[in-house]
Amino acid sequence: MVPILEVRDLQVAYRSRSGDLFRALEGVSFYVEPGEVLGILGESGSGKSTLAVSLLGLFPRNSIVAKGAVLFQGRDLLKIEPEQLQAIRGKSISLIFQEPSVSLHPTMRVGRQVRQVLVAHRMGDRGELDRRTSEVFETLFGQDAERIVRSYPHQLSGGQRQRVLIAQAIACRPSVLVADEPTASLDPTTQMEILGVFRELQKSLGLTMIFITHNPALLSGFADRLLVLYGGRIVELGPATGVLASPKHPYTQALFRSIPSLDEAHDARKRNLPAIPRDSNLSSPPRSSCPFEPRCPERMEICKSEDPRFVNLSDSHVVSCFKYEGQ
Amino acid sequence: MPPLIEVENLAKTYYRRRLAGPREEVRALDGVSFSISRGTTLAIVGESGSGKSTLALCLACLERPASGCIRFGEKDILQAGEKDLRAIRRNIQLIFQDPGSSFNPRWKVLEILIEPLALQGNFSRDEMRLRARALLEQVGLSSSMEEKLPSELSGGQRQRLAIARTLMLEPKLLILDEALSALDCSVQAQIANLLVELQSSLGMTYLFITHDLAMAAHLADEIAVMSKGRIVEQGEPDRILRQPENGVTRELLAAVPRLDFAGTRVPES
Repeated sequence: MVPILEVRDLQVAYRSRSGDLFRALEGVSFYVEPGEVLGILGESGSGKSTLAVSLLGLFPRNSIVAKGAVLFQGRDLLKIEPEQLQAIRGKSISLIFQEPSVSLHPTMRVGRQVRQVLVAHRMGDRGELDRRTSEVFETLFGQDAERIVRSYPHQLSGGQRQRVLIAQAIACRPSVLVADEPTASLDPTTQMEILGVFRELQKSLGLTMIFITHNPALLSGFADRLLVLYGGRIVELGPATGVLASPKHPYTQALFRSIPSLDEAHDARKRNLPAIPRDSNLSSPPRSSCPFEPRCPERMEICKSEDPRFVNLSDSHVVSCFKYEGQ
Repeated sequence: MPPLIEVENLAKTYYRRRLAGPREEVRALDGVSFSISRGTTLAIVGESGSGKSTLALCLACLERPASGCIRFGEKDILQAGEKDLRAIRRNIQLIFQDPGSSFNPRWKVLEILIEPLALQGNFSRDEMRLRARALLEQVGLSSSMEEKLPSELSGGQRQRLAIARTLMLEPKLLILDEALSALDCSVQAQIANLLVELQSSLGMTYLFITHDLAMAAHLADEIAVMSKGRIVEQGEPDRILRQPENGVTRELLAAVPRLDFAGTRVPES
């Protein structure tokens, strides 16, 4: 299958006010198949949000795209004209952020806010715009659609506001939806509900989804493949079930171990969780070394002086770690 | 030994004006009772709207309940005079989800730490600095952080600073209102470990408010489940997780995202 999205050797850095260069993404390459859900697992500082905006060519002013390509249906989004990018963004590739409470206009009814997206992309005459708006609200709100369309954001719950954001994102029937921590501000039951909404939409609209989160449990039973990002690099990539059940990279393993489980044994309660020691370095790690080396329980000499290479384990599961070289 | 804090029948109603018709009555707390023994952790688990944050504010003396009783040590907080209240407030400290917004962005770490003691007026500059540095170490922040601004710290480091700042006053009870919720998963583990360690070394008592049932079960001696202003179920973590009796508890359990989830998520229809 021809991938719908392909990222090739993407390198993005930010220049701070003091002139320092912070390398957010250091040569990231992966592809996404049409109709799949790719989960991107990353914590603060991993480069995940930079990756999210890169997929739409939305680079902040102080960023430098040193290298790389983002191919959508074969076209490099980093090289096309701004007007062409404008036509693709929101219409063919959409992005959902984390905070619905600040993303919606407080004094405009939500129906109109969704309709505006359709207007901006010139999706038809007035009748067509009304029809499409009703349709997307029905998809997301069912019987409550008519009431919600007329509401203001403050009259809605957190979960409903998130559904409105999703409505905006899918109004133009994009082929790809990128969601960056879309459930972070929601209660657990609402979170489950929204994950269900994504799953449903993904099936019914044949959407390709890229779901970015720091919580691996959210990707369980949801993502088809899982990509683990650390220090601006991919450290592990493979089928979600495989990576979740049997993580291979020391970071992924350490991360999963540090999360308290409901099945925790009684005498493990109130004991130390096996947390990853120290902090992930906020400033750029030196090049030509593994970004996880300072905190890795299995670090070796070579990890400090060379860039780990990708090793193919079974079943399209790759890991970037010297531990697996020679296997 | 008597409990450190005893809450009895706490009630608080908020009123919301509507555009048309009578004002709306929101019963944030509707008869809440519990107690916490010294050196232990009570977790309050619930969703937004359950009243857990209102509870935190009332216990921290930042909101006044309409009725009920809060006994701290021997004093009833709601009957206490200003002088007693000042002592009580020092002993009950609150940590929020977003520590960043409670720090003066122009102050350095050391200054932020010293402020609570400086406001008391009983200590010399040197004494305060000494205590601040000791606490920095205790919460796992290096002394090189002293001169940093809050914006230069990570989320986890800011939360450690918030904890250190509360410890400057040697409180007996720490109320943590979703204090870990905004942190990355691996950082949550680090801060949870710090809390456990401080409880063991300083005898801290915690009221841990969260919607994260797994973390609550890990940290707490007892869990109270709140819904619509009431405690609907209370018990030891093992019992609550394995034999939940209340529908709300079961719903919260079902909503915990599990790393080892074997099937496919079925969307709600």
